[in-house]
Amino acid sequence: MNWEPLLLTFKLALVTTLILFVIAIPIAYKLSRSTSRIKPVVEALVSMPLVLPPTVLGFYFLVAFSPNNAFGSWLSEWLGIKLIFSFPGLVVASIIYSLPFMVHPIQAGLSGISKSITEASYVMGKSKWETLLRVQLPQIKPALLTGIVLSFAHTVGEFGVVLMIGGNIPGKTKVASIAIYDEVEALNYDAANAYSLVLFAITFCILLIVYLVNGKYLKGFWK
Amino acid sequence: MIQINLKKSLQGANGVMQLDLNLEIAEGQFVTLYGPSGAGKTSTLRMIAGLMQPDSGMLSVGGAVWFDAENGTNRSVRKRGVGYVFQDYALFPHMTVLENLNFAKAKSTSQTLVNQLLELMELGDLQHRKPESLSGGQKQRVALARAVVQKPEILLLDEPLAALDAGIRHKLQGYLKRIHEEFKLTTILISHDVSEIIKLSDYVYHLEAGKVIAQGKPETLFTGQSISGKFKFTGEVLKLEQEEIVSVLSILIHTQVVKVVVSHEEAEKLQPGDHVLVVSKAFNPLVYKLENG
Repeated sequence: MNWEPLLLTFKLALVTTLILFVIAIPIAYKLSRSTSRIKPVVEALVSMPLVLPPTVLGFYFLVAFSPNNAFGSWLSEWLGIKLIFSFPGLVVASIIYSLPFMVHPIQAGLSGISKSITEASYVMGKSKWETLLRVQLPQIKPALLTGIVLSFAHTVGEFGVVLMIGGNIPGKTKVASIAIYDEVEALNYDAANAYSLVLFAITFCILLIVYLVNGKYLKGFWK
Repeated sequence: MIQINLKKSLQGANGVMQLDLNLEIAEGQFVTLYGPSGAGKTSTLRMIAGLMQPDSGMLSVGGAVWFDAENGTNRSVRKRGVGYVFQDYALFPHMTVLENLNFAKAKSTSQTLVNQLLELMELGDLQHRKPESLSGGQKQRVALARAVVQKPEILLLDEPLAALDAGIRHKLQGYLKRIHEEFKLTTILISHDVSEIIKLSDYVYHLEAGKVIAQGKPETLFTGQSISGKFKFTGEVLKLEQEEIVSVLSILIHTQVVKVVVSHEEAEKLQPGDHVLVVSKAFNPLVYKLENG
């Protein structure tokens, strides 16, 4: 069995989750506090990947990143980045694709913190930044864990977006889900089964850990 | 000296209400804001703390201007550094009692103050516990200690004891008094409990619909009207019974049904469901002490 597609899958999921964690916190923070009129618009945009067929997303990425278009040519000429059929392209697309899975739990967690607790921290002379790091985020550890794990698992399960924007280049963009499709097409059911079993087992374990930890079966884990 | 001269229009239960206050509080005083809910008491504390912005007016504390609508001065919440005890305690759930206190403490403040407060509020044994394992009264003591450890210029207490039962409330009033005597902080308390106010405060402002309608020393403000020996209760007529010479009214006062004798003429003006004021004077009531009352 060729381990390359599996390693690539987990590398992609890891990088995507790390970047998402950093960018989702400010988005979730803004959304949880905002009373602005454009808030529903932003919320709708963030949630779009939940309902949109991944191929639609992939198609628009393909169009946008194409060197034949303004944005794509600007990227390749000025920054020397080629996002189509490349690993960085997969990461960018995955970030957008998994955005709601990171933003939603964090936003719900932040909204659930009682207003007076945040105000108490301000009254004590703490800045918004310090309050976020020392008061708000530590209180929503279960939500952070949920966000991290769901984004990771969702990225592992990606297919349509990856196929559209990444294609099927071994070692660069051929992730496990695509490898499975490939093997089935070639009627190599044993190989497809091997990849599938590994994905099945790993994602099950990841989700089980989340439910165990957040369900407080592992008492004292967060204390 | 705290000078408060603030205006703010508030969205209340009965439409828009104008909060219009003009108060002067001397340094080290213990002042109470008293009045029905929705009178603007909490909003007043929030404006002093900087958690709510007034529409106009000015606020100065110890000579420093904290807010002045004229020239746009508005010191941020963080820089005002008041001590604020919230109604729901607002303890940080992921920190122990000690960590809650240390979080509030300025870096320059010595650890001695923390220890002193833990001792004063009898929290020594609880210092490594998380808030969720504490009782309401214990949480309130932590909240109070945490506000004082900031060494604030003003201590604001938003109905700190309202959620506690009578026995614990009584005990906590003692802690509040001790804190005030020890640290001489200018304190503003919101309270509905007259005995608590008389016990603790130097001066009372009675607020109604955003205005101060009465003020004075608590003894004079609260005893002034009842010292005449009049008892006044409002109630609802439940039943009217015609007897031979008089009529008997059954009136629901709070949760008790009281029977009152009236003449036929008086009874004719009333019917079940009417709200009435029952007044009695010139009699010697018997007073019994209740346990934990």
